[in-house]
Amino acid sequence: MPALEPAAIHAQLRRRFGEAVGDLVGSGRDASTTVAAPALPDVCRFLKTEPALAFDCLSNLSGVDYPKRNVIQVVYHLFSYRHRHWCVLKVDANRDAPVVPTVSHLWSHANWQEREVFDLLGVTFEGHPDLRRILMPEDWPGHPLRKDFVEPEEYHGIVTSRESLLKP
Amino acid sequence: MSLAGFEVEVQREVDGALATEDMTLSMGPQHPSTHGVLRFVVRADGEVMKEAIPDVGYLHRSIEKIAEKVGWHGFIPYTDRVDYVAAMFCNHGWAMAVEKLAGIEVPRRAEYCRVIADELCRIHSHLLSVGSMAMDIGAFTPFTHAIREREYLNDLFEELCGARLTFHYMRIGGVGWDLPPGWAEKVRRFLDRFEPIIEEYDRLISYNKIYAERLANVAVITPEEAIDYNLVGPNLRGSGVRYDVRRDDPYSVYPELEFDVPVGRGEMGTVGDCFDRYIVRMREMQQSCRIIRQCLDRLPEGPVIAKVPRNLKPPPGDCYVRIESARGDMGWYVVSDGTAFPHRCKIRTGSFAAISIIPKVSRNLMIADLIAVIASLDLVAPEIDR
Repeated sequence: MPALEPAAIHAQLRRRFGEAVGDLVGSGRDASTTVAAPALPDVCRFLKTEPALAFDCLSNLSGVDYPKRNVIQVVYHLFSYRHRHWCVLKVDANRDAPVVPTVSHLWSHANWQEREVFDLLGVTFEGHPDLRRILMPEDWPGHPLRKDFVEPEEYHGIVTSRESLLKP
Repeated sequence: MSLAGFEVEVQREVDGALATEDMTLSMGPQHPSTHGVLRFVVRADGEVMKEAIPDVGYLHRSIEKIAEKVGWHGFIPYTDRVDYVAAMFCNHGWAMAVEKLAGIEVPRRAEYCRVIADELCRIHSHLLSVGSMAMDIGAFTPFTHAIREREYLNDLFEELCGARLTFHYMRIGGVGWDLPPGWAEKVRRFLDRFEPIIEEYDRLISYNKIYAERLANVAVITPEEAIDYNLVGPNLRGSGVRYDVRRDDPYSVYPELEFDVPVGRGEMGTVGDCFDRYIVRMREMQQSCRIIRQCLDRLPEGPVIAKVPRNLKPPPGDCYVRIESARGDMGWYVVSDGTAFPHRCKIRTGSFAAISIIPKVSRNLMIADLIAVIASLDLVAPEIDR
């Protein structure tokens, strides 16, 4: 079966999920669509199991902080090894208490990627089997990839900064 | 050492008159065969592992956060540190992402220089991988052979860009320097010397009975599992999936070049075992030699860098690009908000996916085999942690 264009994939999603799926934005492979957080697991299951779509691989999962919109966006890059086509989904979560449903039951790769986004941006993935910090220490305060993150002065007595050597 | 977050229940079984108990071992973070600062918490019954849980993050330097602070051009030297064993690819990935966002066209000669540097770097990285793999398994001599060849490559890189490991060779819009005079001839001489050495290496170690049996049928990964865990590169191809970004989603000048994509065939045991992942790397080095020869023959004249404003401000938008690094498909998701600094840069690396499959494949393996699994997946700790 041939690879589908993002517009064709988007049309299928629209037909099935209606208003939960936003407009297609952008061009080429980077064309993306927003998905309402509650609909995400169903949309993903459809993308994975529908034979003409068959997105068997979660290529990338990233979190992006947009403080001006008060949103943390989780971006899913899905790829189908069978059909060699792409789909980019974006889910907006409220920055004050970001919660997004997990997709780790659909793609095992999501398990660690979601842990990373939880660790660095503080997004809670509902239903994740093992949501704990992955890169930062267990007791680290805050989430470093947030735009307003302030590095603590010290961590367990270790100073985290030093004076610039360039200053006179 | 804290086992925080890794508490495991001690299980007692009464086996006749003897009660047995599982051991919980902390392997690493300083362990000679964990390829960097990497730790595993292993629950074992005697020498058989029931579970091996990776604990990563010891090399986390927040490179993605640094990207947001140093600007588009300024980030290139940092990309070297994402995967310092194969720094060229990280340079290339970042440059490609920014070029796509800003709509910059790269001169043809620069693309060829990039591919030559990439493929030399692939050999550079695979030599370390296969050499240290042999050493991890107990064969010391092959490591010295691999490092000897790698040393010649270091010299070539030093002449090309002044550095032996963290190259900082590529720039947004091209490469930093043209090939130095006489360098192409030196590369040819290296290839003439190196190609027979791959065969020597095969005789020395690849088909050595003890070595092959240590790897055959160990940690078999099926194609479905490999795709589910998003394994990439030689780890994916070791499982028999013939997918290579260079061929199937080509970038730069790869569409003009001829090369094969080797996959695991279960030569010594089952498709997708440690041996297959190892042998795919050996065969890939031969293909890299082929690619470099073609590039040297076709190298066009012209500039090696496009005109790129110093104060670069790509238009707002995002893009996702992939390149085939030594550890496979490396993804760069870059968001621009139209300012002189990237809004976000996410780097998705092959080792991060590869290590996440270890809890699954290590069940019921011997502890000594865990070392073979780590080596066969070619884990590079800085790439996991970034």
